Amino acid sequence: MYVAVKGGERAIENAHRLLANARRGDQSVSEVTLDQISEQLGLAVDRVMSEGSLYDRELAALAIKQARGDLIEAIFLVRAFRATLPRFGTSEPVDTGAMRVQRRVSATFKDIPGGQILGPTFDYTHRLLDPSLAEGFVPEVPATAQASTAPTPRVTDILGRDGLIESSPRAEDGASVGDLTREPLNFPADRDLRLQNLARGDEGFLLAMGYSTQRGYGRNHPFVGEIRFGEVEVEFFAEDVGFAVPLGSIELTECQMVNQFKGSATEAPCFTRGYGLAFGQSERKTMSMALVDRALRARELGEEVGAPAQDEEFVMSHSDNVQATGFVEHLKLPHYVDFQSELGLLRKLRKEFAEANAPDAMKEAAE
Amino acid sequence: MTQHNNQQAQRKAAMAVLAHAEAGEIAARLRALALPAHQELRAPENGLVMLRGRVGGDGAPFNLGEATVSRAAVRLASGEVGFGYALGRDGEKARLIALCDALAQSSDFGEAVERDVIAPLREQLMIQRKQAAAETAATKVDFYTMVRGEG
Repeated sequence: MYVAVKGGERAIENAHRLLANARRGDQSVSEVTLDQISEQLGLAVDRVMSEGSLYDRELAALAIKQARGDLIEAIFLVRAFRATLPRFGTSEPVDTGAMRVQRRVSATFKDIPGGQILGPTFDYTHRLLDPSLAEGFVPEVPATAQASTAPTPRVTDILGRDGLIESSPRAEDGASVGDLTREPLNFPADRDLRLQNLARGDEGFLLAMGYSTQRGYGRNHPFVGEIRFGEVEVEFFAEDVGFAVPLGSIELTECQMVNQFKGSATEAPCFTRGYGLAFGQSERKTMSMALVDRALRARELGEEVGAPAQDEEFVMSHSDNVQATGFVEHLKLPHYVDFQSELGLLRKLRKEFAEANAPDAMKEAAE
Repeated sequence: MTQHNNQQAQRKAAMAVLAHAEAGEIAARLRALALPAHQELRAPENGLVMLRGRVGGDGAPFNLGEATVSRAAVRLASGEVGFGYALGRDGEKARLIALCDALAQSSDFGEAVERDVIAPLREQLMIQRKQAAAETAATKVDFYTMVRGEG
C-alpha cells in the first residue's frame, strides 16, 4: 500500500528558521566572524579541511559557523561544496623534506640534523583549565632565536641511508594514481588509495583503530620516527602555461612511524614504516593514520591478518564520517512505509504464534 | 633555449612570490606602474586542484585532498600572454598575477614590474618568514646531560 507523506513543508521551513535563530544564539552576544574562527579555532578548521578533503580555510570556517560547531556536519558541507567546482588537475607531489618546519620532533633519535623543534604544541602543558583565557587575554610576544639555515631532512631518510629502514615504495612506470573521488572503492586496494582514504577518514575512528593496534589487536611495535608540521609549496603543471606553476603554500602535518623489523633469508632485517599526512596541524590524526597504514600492510609484509585494523575492507569502508553519518542519521527520517510493512508482518507472526500456542495455553490454564 | 629557460625561471620565481601576496597588496604595488593596454584572455575562474603527497614523503604519489584554486589569463596589447594561478578563490588576485606575468615577459615592463612589484613583495615575504623561523628556532630543544652520581 502506498502511503502519501505530505504536509511537512511548513514545519520544515519553520524548523529551519528556528535553527537559524538557535545558531545565532543570544543576539545581545556579538556574532563570531570567519576570521575569528580561522584564527582562534584553527585546529577545528584544520580538521574540517582534512576530513572535508578541501584545503580552504575560509570555507572551512564558514562551514563550522553554519554547522554551529558540529565538525562532522561542517565536513559534510565542505564535501558538498567541492562538487560545485570543476577540477583543473592534480598538483605535483609536495616535498615534505623541503617543509618550512614549525614543529619537528623525533621520539627515536635525540640528535637529529636540524634538531628537535617543539613549535606551538599542547605537549608538556598541564591540562589545567586557565581562567585567564576567559577574557581579555594578551599572550606574551613569542621568544625568538637565531634560526639555523641547516636543512631538516626527514628522519626516515637518514635511517634509510644505512639500510636500517625499508625505503618508500617507488611509483611503477606509467602507473596511474588511484582516486577515490573518481572511482568506486574496490578491494584489495593499493596503498595510494588506502592513504587517500585514511587522509580524509574520521580522526576519532582512526584514533580508535590505531589505539587498538597498540593494545594488541594487530600489534606492530611503533615508534614515532618523526612528526613535522609546517608549510610546503604547492606547484601545479598548467598545460596553458607550459611549466609547473607555484600556487602558494599549504600547512601540512606528516608522521613517520617506524615499526617492528622484518627480514628474510634473502633480505637483511630492517624497520618497516607507516605513514600519515594531513592538512594543517593534525598530529593525533597523522599518528593514528600512520599506525593504521602500517597495520593495513600486514598482508604485504607476510604477517598474520586477524585484527580489525589490519582488515582494509573493514577500515576503509567505515573510516568516512560523511558516509557513516549519512547512513546512521538517515534512520531518523520518515520510514513510515517500511515500518508499516514490518508492523504488518509482525502482527501476522504474532497472530500465528497466538493461534499455534492457544490450545496449549488453555490446557495449562485448565490444569 | 637558455634564454627561454631563464625567462621561465624568472616567471616562476615571480609567481611564487605573488601567490603568497594578497590581491590588495599586488594592486597597490601595480599602481606605481603606468600600465599598458591589456585585456582578459580568460576571465577569473575558480576550481579545484587535487593535491598529492608521496608515500613515506619520498615514494610513490597518492591523492591527499583537494584545494581551491583561482586562475586567469591576461594579454597585453603588445601580445604577451600572462597566466595567474593561486590557492584560494580570489579571482582578482589571479587576474593581477596574470597581469604581472604578462608584464614580466614584456621588454618594456619586465624590469619595472620586477623592481616595483615583485621585489618589494618578495622582501616582505622574506621578513615574515624570517620572523616565523626565529620564533620557531626559540622552541628548539637544547639537550644537556645531568651528571649522574654513582656514589
